[in-house]
Amino acid sequence: MFRRRAGDNELPDSTGHFGPYGGRFVAETLMSALDELTRVYQDALDDPTFEAEFKTDLARYVGRPSPLYEAKRFAATVGKARIFLKREDLNHTGAHKINNTIGQALLASRMGKRRIIAETGAGQHGVATATVAARLGAECTVYMGSTDIERQKPNVYRMKMLGAHVQPVDSGSKTLKDAMNEAMRDWVTNIDTTHYIIGSVAGPHPYPVMVRDFQSVIGEECREQCLELIGQLPDALIACVGGGSNAMGLFYPFLNDINVAMVGVEAGGEGMHTTRHAAPLNGGTPGVLHGANTYLMADEDGLILDTHSISAGLDYPGVGPEHAYLKDTGRVRYETVTDEEALHAFRLLSESEGIVPALESAHALAQAAKTSECGNVEDVIVVNLSGRGDKDLESVARLDGVSL
Amino acid sequence: MSRLAATFGRLREAREKGLITFITAGDPTLAATVPALNQLADAGADVLELGVPFTDPEADGPSIQRSSERALLNGVTLRTSCEQVALFRRENDTTPVVLMGYMNPILALGLEQFAQLASQSGVDGLIVVNLPPEEADELRSVLEPFDIDLILLVAPTTPLERIETLANSGSGFLYYVSIKGITGADHLDVTDVERKVFSIKQVTDLPVSVGFGIKTPETAAAVAKVADAIVVGSALVETLSRTTTLAESLKDIHELTSALKRSIRAC
Ligand SMILES: Cc1ncc(COP(=O)(O)O)c(C=O)c1O
Repeated sequence: MFRRRAGDNELPDSTGHFGPYGGRFVAETLMSALDELTRVYQDALDDPTFEAEFKTDLARYVGRPSPLYEAKRFAATVGKARIFLKREDLNHTGAHKINNTIGQALLASRMGKRRIIAETGAGQHGVATATVAARLGAECTVYMGSTDIERQKPNVYRMKMLGAHVQPVDSGSKTLKDAMNEAMRDWVTNIDTTHYIIGSVAGPHPYPVMVRDFQSVIGEECREQCLELIGQLPDALIACVGGGSNAMGLFYPFLNDINVAMVGVEAGGEGMHTTRHAAPLNGGTPGVLHGANTYLMADEDGLILDTHSISAGLDYPGVGPEHAYLKDTGRVRYETVTDEEALHAFRLLSESEGIVPALESAHALAQAAKTSECGNVEDVIVVNLSGRGDKDLESVARLDGVSL
Repeated sequence: MSRLAATFGRLREAREKGLITFITAGDPTLAATVPALNQLADAGADVLELGVPFTDPEADGPSIQRSSERALLNGVTLRTSCEQVALFRRENDTTPVVLMGYMNPILALGLEQFAQLASQSGVDGLIVVNLPPEEADELRSVLEPFDIDLILLVAPTTPLERIETLANSGSGFLYYVSIKGITGADHLDVTDVERKVFSIKQVTDLPVSVGFGIKTPETAAAVAKVADAIVVGSALVETLSRTTTLAESLKDIHELTSALKRSIRAC
């Protein structure tokens, strides 16, 4: 159903590898569930009613297509190029995450799984999961690091309103990676009844390819909108990369358009000269975590490092394996943006366009500003505005010395 | 003959069931590891599993997670874990030692370097929790020349056809995970275990050990009736870290191990 790229270089291969990356590095107990999911997903791809259901939900429930909006004042403030925003912030629940949870909820129904679990960092994926679970009438538990619970309070309450149980995770660094460990432990224990909705293009096969397929609605719409609105394909696509799902969703349908440059933006935290960042593609090494071989932030003994980003959704030591592959092939360039640069872009978009972006998306905006600064007036840049910033207002206010 | 093969051969001849114990290297202190391994062997453990601490032990329950965290705070790595085995080997050259851990520390060291180091240290086998056989070819081929067994896990969810694949690609023994869940859980069902071990036995001559969720001599005895060996981990890890002095901890794990051994001898 989803438009896959033409040609025999289609990845991943049947075992879920993107070159040396990806695969399935999980406990034996999970192998049969991953096989089942792969099979059910493949059947769904071959079934036109699945596509119809998915597209209908995206249109009537999520509110797609999301607009492509030209941010003229923002663009004029930061440089020369024309800057367009793919408005994923306008989706129901306020981020791109819902595209994936809608798809996986349909699969959970097909598998007859009545219990849904998820990990969440910023809380956007948790909210998007709690939302589809409410709609299915399924029991839902969302694992969230206690550090993230503290910095994304509005989303924690939203999940509770939606009937989900938010399980705080106090182990390790108390952020997204630890939430994912705990979700995997739950899944192993409740494998017969439970579907685990991973929120990014990370984890063991088939998650990276499946989540990419669900999210590629972003790039497909965007490609059409560019041709219709601007009469050309964009010169550059820019998206932030945590696990990498909003970036993969935007990039994938353009991968064969060799004149379209692509930039993935990792969280530079307090700077790449420090250890306080979350940029495995720029400052990490390949290794195995959470089911896949990919770039990781790890020390020389292979122990996973604590990461730092102002943005909870980017505060993760790994990255989706397809990004690792695209980095090595050079098709996508990966840059970093610091906390400070992201905060500046956060305020700038709010003031110049009346759009409060998520701190994650603000990383992509900051990169667009840099790109535009040394660009030309004819350049067209599309930024994936992956989510809205309501969830971040409290943390930003705190930085301003204001308590809400 | 490898130490693992010799041990399982001896057990088979004596018609005895094996006791496999698990502790984490460097927990509760680095100084405790070699004395603890000696106590376990002395109290009747037939195979010693030594956990290599990892920051993200996604298949482990709270007891082993905490033990891993304590070991990491003590600065223990894959290298230091191997060093502890080498120290133990100065005193004991017969009891097999199996390292158990996650893939990333092995990758970080380098597969070839790891195989050499493990072999020099006297390691006999390796269990990598998050490495299914589909991804294991490279590691297996570097371990083989050193006669280090790559021990594979079979789960309650593993379909019959796949058990055969696992049996053919693993060596040393097969490790049947007795519950759907993480280490230290406690909903083990002996009848289920018996049924599954029976079907594993149909397709392999490898010894079958059963672990996850065995904490008491009673469960140990019940499971040992249907398996070649049983594995006890969380209960020992908890016991080892419960008391304040090393001497007391060592006495306690000796006692628990002896009790476990007695209970499975009786069956
Ligand atoms: C708005 C928003 N953008 C981006 C991300 C990062 O995820 P990914 O890299 O998978 O798109 C998150 C994650 O929580 C998010 O909430």
